[in-house]
Amino acid sequence: MKTTRPRSHRLRGFTKILLFLLPSLVLFFGLVVAPILLAFYASVFKWNGMRGLPTDFIGMTNFTRLLADEVFLGDLWRGLLLIIFSVAIQLPLSLGIAMLLNQKIHGRAFFRLLFFAPYVLSEAITAVLFMMILKPTDGLANYILGWFGIDPLDWFADPSTVMMSLFIVMTWKYFGFHMILYIAGRQGIPKELTEAAQIDGATGWKTFRYVTLPLLGPTIRISVFLSVIGAIQLFDLVWIITGGGPSHSSETMAVTMFQFGFKRFQVGYASAISVVMFFISLVFALFYQRYVMRRDLEGASTVLGDQR
Amino acid sequence: MKLSRRGAALLAASALVLGGCGGNGSDDGESKSSAGGKVTVEFWNIWTKDPLKTYGVQAIKDFEAAHPNITIKNVPYENEAFKAKLTTLTQSGKAPDIFQTWGGGVLAQQVDAGLVKDLTGDAGSWLGTFTDAALSAYKVEGKQYAIPDDIGMVGFWYNKALFKKAGIAQPPGTWSELLDDVKKLKDAGITPIALGGKDKWPGHYYWAYLAMRIGGLDALKQAGETKDFTGPAFVQAGQKLKELAGLQPFQKGYLGATYGDPGGQAATMGDGKAAMELMGQWAPAVQKDAGKGLGDDLGFFPFPAVDGGKGAVTDAFGGGGGYAIGADAPAEAIEFLKFLTESTEHRKQVASGGVLPVLKGEEDAVTDPNLSVVAKNLAGATGFQLYLDQAYPPAVGQEVNDSVAELIGGTKTPEQVTQAITETAKSE
Repeated sequence: MKTTRPRSHRLRGFTKILLFLLPSLVLFFGLVVAPILLAFYASVFKWNGMRGLPTDFIGMTNFTRLLADEVFLGDLWRGLLLIIFSVAIQLPLSLGIAMLLNQKIHGRAFFRLLFFAPYVLSEAITAVLFMMILKPTDGLANYILGWFGIDPLDWFADPSTVMMSLFIVMTWKYFGFHMILYIAGRQGIPKELTEAAQIDGATGWKTFRYVTLPLLGPTIRISVFLSVIGAIQLFDLVWIITGGGPSHSSETMAVTMFQFGFKRFQVGYASAISVVMFFISLVFALFYQRYVMRRDLEGASTVLGDQR
Repeated sequence: MKLSRRGAALLAASALVLGGCGGNGSDDGESKSSAGGKVTVEFWNIWTKDPLKTYGVQAIKDFEAAHPNITIKNVPYENEAFKAKLTTLTQSGKAPDIFQTWGGGVLAQQVDAGLVKDLTGDAGSWLGTFTDAALSAYKVEGKQYAIPDDIGMVGFWYNKALFKKAGIAQPPGTWSELLDDVKKLKDAGITPIALGGKDKWPGHYYWAYLAMRIGGLDALKQAGETKDFTGPAFVQAGQKLKELAGLQPFQKGYLGATYGDPGGQAATMGDGKAAMELMGQWAPAVQKDAGKGLGDDLGFFPFPAVDGGKGAVTDAFGGGGGYAIGADAPAEAIEFLKFLTESTEHRKQVASGGVLPVLKGEEDAVTDPNLSVVAKNLAGATGFQLYLDQAYPPAVGQEVNDSVAELIGGTKTPEQVTQAITETAKSE
């Protein structure tokens, strides 16, 4: 009796878990795992997407073609550029505003709401909005520049300014999200610590540099992580605003993939692009979690593991 | 007992969820049964706007009244949505009973996948009533895979008032005259040409027409077959286009402009801010839609000849629309197509202003004066070339659009354009 009981207990637990998990497992395999596997499979074929599964096996040709393609190499460069800009400009800006909005100022809740609003807007609406504001002929931005005697810019219509313009839109769209993360992180820092620093005679800057910033570390690291992954997979804004143009000068990997998959019907080649995107994201995520976020994760999962 | 009951409930819940998932998306397939002599034919079209929307409903009603055993299921989609839906369906190996097609490379791929019925025999009795230009887009290896319903051509639409202001007495007849006129317009402070550079396809018209005028229709046909676009006609076309782009004839910010959106090519033209645009028969309607419209100031002239070129100035470049029949469609589907494209019924459609004549001698049914000019030009056409982004396989067509856009933008040379297109064509 004593030996059978725990086993049936365990079995009961197992069936229960299985039954609860079954619907989501089936959905997960059908809608996430299967398409990923199909993309891997299709990436070694020449396939126009029609008539069942691909049959024309061409090995690694899609990948060698990819690495020789100027547009794709340009995509990688532009992706890197966006990452650098995001981490070096957008995130410090969000951090600054978050620190300001942490002060006890009048209308703080209103400003938080206001700055967060762009993130709530859909990408499509943001894109259309900025297409109008940054119109080269009679857009609002050029009109305002005119007040200061600055010549009108071509914004999205000029290969040399299109990335800058796009980055302005990205910053406007996403800084509110990072700001909210930082505000939440800042509020998690106990007041005693900053008060203690001030009693010890630390200036505002020193308090920020040696108390607030280190304690915000986990938040900053996760926000950098999200920002980088977002830049690698950037699609909707670019697709609607420029379609990747003029002359591929704002194209991202996801846009190139869409071009080949849905406009040129070279689904095999497009799958190869998606596989490369997947690996770039995966490798980055693994390395980042292993080396940068290790301390943050140690604080959570490993301690929990010890307690178990 | 308690557990098993709970387990059973859970199982039932999972089954419900899963059943719900499987239930969607598999609702066609049953519609084709012809039980009891009643047949339903699914008809995918792009009749979402008037005049064709109203016309279509009436035409289907009339057809069903005459054929009580056939029901036409009208499935209209907006243009881009239609292409997306049809792509998804064909990728799963199916095709609607009757569907809108633009012919060319996409149709050829569908034929290749065994999704489209060969109509050469079934429609043989009335294929002779169509003009050759109208039929040509739907021929794959000599067989007819769709019935034409509409056709149009690309040409220069120009603003007579602005031409007059720049001192130009009559529209240019040759490419060098066109370049001179562009200079005159610029000198008069007028933007000579409106172009939607972001959309890319409006730009490819220039390159394609130049190649046609220089090398003749045969050069394009041959290039499509040999997959070699490096011939002198294509390089020269690029050089001539580069020469035009060098004059900076386009409106400010044209590289970011679309064709139809506010501030785009059609709006620039329709608001009288540019003197001409190279566009298809729909141009006057879109100009009016996106801008103010030019009314009587709007004129049309065919793409000018190139000195020493082999192509005739009467060779037309354009495209149209037609209807193909799915491989598994019931035999009755063709009845409906016959009804739609027979003279009495098709003249109604032409008179509505929604389509242009595809039948021989139908030109007089056109009521709109702008469309009438196009119809007359088409009736006198000595040859017809389908839009390159439709005539060739999708990848080649897109590469033409992309490369020519880069040529106009100044990042590719004429030779690089022909090489890029050839490379893509060879990889297909």
